[in-house]
Amino acid sequence: MDFLRPATWEEALAAKAEHPSAVPIAGGTDVMVEINFDHRRPEYLLDLTRIGDLQTWDTVPGGDAVRLGASVPYTRIMENLRGELPGLALAAHTVASPQIRNRGGVGGNLGTASPAGDAHPALLAAGAEVEAESVRGTRLIPIDDFYTGVKRNALAPDELIRAVRVQKADGPQQFSKVGTRNAMVIAVCAFGLALHPETRTVRTGIGSAAPTPIRARTAEEFLNAALEGGGFWDNGKIITPSVAKRFAELSAAACNPIDDVRGTADYRRHAVGVMARRTLMWTWEAYRATGRDAHRKGEVA
Amino acid sequence: MRVRFTVNGRPQEADDVWEGESLLYVLRERLGLPGSKNACEQGECGSCTVRLDGVPVCSCLVAAGQAEGREVVTVEGLGEGGELAPVQQAFIDAGAVQCGFCTPGLLVAADDMLQRNPNPTDEDIREALSGNLCRCTGYEKIMDAVRLAAARQSEGV
Repeated sequence: MDFLRPATWEEALAAKAEHPSAVPIAGGTDVMVEINFDHRRPEYLLDLTRIGDLQTWDTVPGGDAVRLGASVPYTRIMENLRGELPGLALAAHTVASPQIRNRGGVGGNLGTASPAGDAHPALLAAGAEVEAESVRGTRLIPIDDFYTGVKRNALAPDELIRAVRVQKADGPQQFSKVGTRNAMVIAVCAFGLALHPETRTVRTGIGSAAPTPIRARTAEEFLNAALEGGGFWDNGKIITPSVAKRFAELSAAACNPIDDVRGTADYRRHAVGVMARRTLMWTWEAYRATGRDAHRKGEVA
Repeated sequence: MRVRFTVNGRPQEADDVWEGESLLYVLRERLGLPGSKNACEQGECGSCTVRLDGVPVCSCLVAAGQAEGREVVTVEGLGEGGELAPVQQAFIDAGAVQCGFCTPGLLVAADDMLQRNPNPTDEDIREALSGNLCRCTGYEKIMDAVRLAAARQSEGV
């Protein structure tokens, strides 16, 4: 095994181009487990912790998204980005433990692409693009196209994740996760929901209940139509129980879960439905309480 | 490969380090610092907690090469001049040590929290120690110990 220690992003890209089999390591919270347990013996480890750029964030030109460096630790996201990225900040707070949150970041979650990664439902719900870079150039991969299979993603062998561009919240967001306790839990299943009053849409993300993180698209379409048809975005009425119930059913139906040590497929479907209803209620109550005046039809926020 | 970093304020050097080796292994097996414990090797138990550049991390999940040039503080470095750190003394006084295996990690995590948050609520303590497992089920005494350390710290004892 070789330990590659690039000092700059350019050096890292060059190393990855020269050794496409190199395994990037940042927080190490996935990679080191595999090495410790002898599940993986990469030919090259590509250490990204010397590259300061990966640990910072800024606003993309135009201002509607946060460009979050791949290695920004979850602790920083929790502490510093709760306003712009509330769903992701909530998800970050459910990651493992303080020790793990001090090391792990969203780049690793995306690189590993486990269906149980805590960041995925929040990214899917908020809307995001993965900034993938190689010596050939940079491309922005829409989050909806990023997850291609169980622990597989759309990265080319010579690409590294530079950042993820997450849409700033334009309305309330929530994240919910099922596990046996609060800390040190791999999600049995998880659900993220974001209200987008500016476009009058709702987006969702489901974790650990399908081969990849997914959106509950049919549920979103149903809810978008129901909210528009009932004038809910304007009148701010309480969402009808029948609408919430149908949204929950359609969210559960979007799942394609398996039975495993953490839970059964039936349980996961049920729990996703419950979380879908709850996160909808929580976010809608927040919208009714604070967000509505800014988004009445015909007015500028 | 050779790895050089600072441990408890002293420059250290380890040779013939395997590239996939963890910081924990280097501390215990190459530098003779067995205070940090090796239990789960997957970041679940916190018994290997050290500070890396001031931040608590699981040393089993830090590749040795990633520690190059960094500053590491282990449980051996909490006390000064042969004296126990206040949090260590509080663990003894409160009876928070049973088998002792989780204790070093808990001490490093608790010490870090007390530096950042001198007046923690019970919720703060639980959150700060949520990554450290005790299988003797001694959490109540551990809570007592951290409360005691916080009280002594605020009284300047």
